[in-house]
Amino acid sequence: MSKIVADGIVIEHFSLAPMIKRLTLGAPAIARAAQPGQFVHVRVGEGYHPLLRRPLSIAEVDREVGNITVIYRIVGQGTALLASLPPGEFVDCMGPLGNGFDLNTERPLLVGGGMGLAPLLFLAKALCPKPVTALMGGRTKEELWWRNVFLGVCRSIHVTTDDGSMGRKGFTVNLLPELLENCKYDRIYACGPLRMMEGVARLARDKGIPCQISFEDHMACGVGACLSCTCAGTDGKRRKVCSDGPVFWAEEVLEL
Amino acid sequence: MMLAVDIAGIKMKTPVMTASGTFGSGPEYADFVDLNKIGAIVVKGTTLTPRDGNRGRRIAETPAGMLNCIGLENPGVDEFVSRILPGLAAYDVPIIVNIAGATTDEFAELARRLSVPGVAGLELNISCPNVKEGGIAFGTDCASAAAVVAAVRRNTALPVITKLSPNVTDIVSIARAAEDAGSDAVSLINTLLGMSIDIRRWRPELGNVLGGLSGPAIKPVALRMVWQVARAVKCPVIGLGGIMTANDAIEFLLAGASAVAVGTANFVNPRASVEIAEGIRDYLVERGIKHVSELVGRVNENI
Ligand SMILES: Cc1cc2nc3c(=O)[nH]c(=O)nc-3n(C[C@H](O)[C@H](O)[C@H](O)COP(=O)(O)OP(=O)(O)OC[C@H]3O[C@@H](n4cnc5c(N)ncnc54)[C@H](O)[C@@H]3O)c2cc1C
Ligand SMILES: Cc1cc2nc3c(=O)[nH]c(=O)nc-3n(C[C@H](O)[C@H](O)[C@H](O)COP(=O)(O)O)c2cc1C
Ligand code: FES
Repeated sequence: MSKIVADGIVIEHFSLAPMIKRLTLGAPAIARAAQPGQFVHVRVGEGYHPLLRRPLSIAEVDREVGNITVIYRIVGQGTALLASLPPGEFVDCMGPLGNGFDLNTERPLLVGGGMGLAPLLFLAKALCPKPVTALMGGRTKEELWWRNVFLGVCRSIHVTTDDGSMGRKGFTVNLLPELLENCKYDRIYACGPLRMMEGVARLARDKGIPCQISFEDHMACGVGACLSCTCAGTDGKRRKVCSDGPVFWAEEVLEL
Repeated sequence: MMLAVDIAGIKMKTPVMTASGTFGSGPEYADFVDLNKIGAIVVKGTTLTPRDGNRGRRIAETPAGMLNCIGLENPGVDEFVSRILPGLAAYDVPIIVNIAGATTDEFAELARRLSVPGVAGLELNISCPNVKEGGIAFGTDCASAAAVVAAVRRNTALPVITKLSPNVTDIVSIARAAEDAGSDAVSLINTLLGMSIDIRRWRPELGNVLGGLSGPAIKPVALRMVWQVARAVKCPVIGLGGIMTANDAIEFLLAGASAVAVGTANFVNPRASVEIAEGIRDYLVERGIKHVSELVGRVNENI
């Protein structure tokens, strides 16, 4: 399960939605070792600007072929540079980094918002054929192209939008109590905005359902060496998001 | 053997060390690079009591560089000695501990507690730009720099390296003060104080407003300072600041550094420290130079 640095070859690279790209890289050693929730730390260019690597969640893995897939939003210079790479080019990747999700569940509920759905996709696929329920939220229906990506992987998919243009109007945490009434989930996995994860974790705690969340922070090293990304644990000890996380048990890092 | 150097009694297989704060205590990078092939590992700045570091965002990218305001987060010296240091014995590489005190007495106490087997040397961080007390205040004034070095000197037999701040008008005088007070070597440079602003929110990008600039952007400044200091002191100089490649490292050697350290480059290429050493060896072989020491300070200023 060791981490490596390797050149992944671009196999496929296309738009899933405006400003959203899906990139598949041939990187057999990383594909073999990757666990849902882990990420790759990607160098987006050869030069010195931008200098640092970019962390991207592993969204899909094909162990047999040796491919990993990331799904990312173009938000700045680094992701814009990455977006310009055609098939056949190489991408320098460190990975798989961080600790992934605990897969010990029979009846999982996945709750995600925005790009937080990327690691949950890998998780959903890894949990199959267990019955996976997904709850996803977005501002408008334009953000919920994710639904198509999760179709076929999940037993059921629930959707909320802030403006009601698709699914239930409101936030995922508004719909969540209803889902928890209707079905006995034994594990909740959440990834998305901090406020959302806090809301989900609170409801999970009230129901006594173990909950894991995945954090994000600005990262330099990605391996626990620079302390750019630390957060406070509820036990008073510090945690490194990159190497102790990005996946944590909710009560480990959230004051609920 | 053409790369082996002895810096103030610290025997290194190569002149390429890793810079404090950029390489953890080493094992963080063990999956990527053979730690036994590194000249020396300088561990993260260590303080007397644990520190949580600064709040808010801690890094920001700038052209060819980065700003950081970690704020010396570390588990404290006792935790380092009891829990981290024993694990490092598995590696055949000198461990140099970077220490940061809020007072001269704290520096002295840190030196005492770290004078244990497994520690090859101490680097005095009198140049951290990211903490309120101590830190850079010691490194911008000759008398306080000398006082820190002297206090540490009295408390340890270990080799002492003083890490100099570039945020001064005359780095040479600080280097001389450190040497005169008993420092066995000097290392330079620490980060340059900088800032960046998010123009969408009209706010500084960093939680601490200011941060230390590192990476290739600072290399010319670092090189200039190494050259100035190396001509002025007799003790060995460890050069760092923006070294990304073997060619960069060779520039520092020619400017007068007896060894170099690699910092930010580790984030970009986790194998940088070893690849740079290999690159220096190739350079020596190509030119028929027998030992790396033959490069040190050999830049020829006659035009
Ligand atoms: C563990 C982890 C996994 C991630 N997985 C994904 C993923 O699967 N898909 C995806 O689209 N993005 C993901 N991200 C975020 C992604 O790393 C950033 O969007 C990317 O680095 C931005 O690079 P850039 O050069 O394009 O933007 P920049 O110009 O660097 O930044 C653009 C804006 O995004 C903000 N930003 C950049 N990085 C972060 C961060 N880490 N946290 C919060 N804000 C940030 C900046 O402050 C700035 O406002 C992940 C981040 C982490 C830490
Ligand atoms: C994230 C980060 C943390 C650092 N922490 C320390 C530290 O604890 N003590 C110290 O003396 N220098 C620290 N430094 C400074 C580096 O050791 C080095 O002097 C500086 O980054 C210049 O070298 P570079 O350009 O190769 O990175 C830190 C630098 C970075 C980027
Ligand atoms: S990114 Fe360096 S410690 Fe997490």
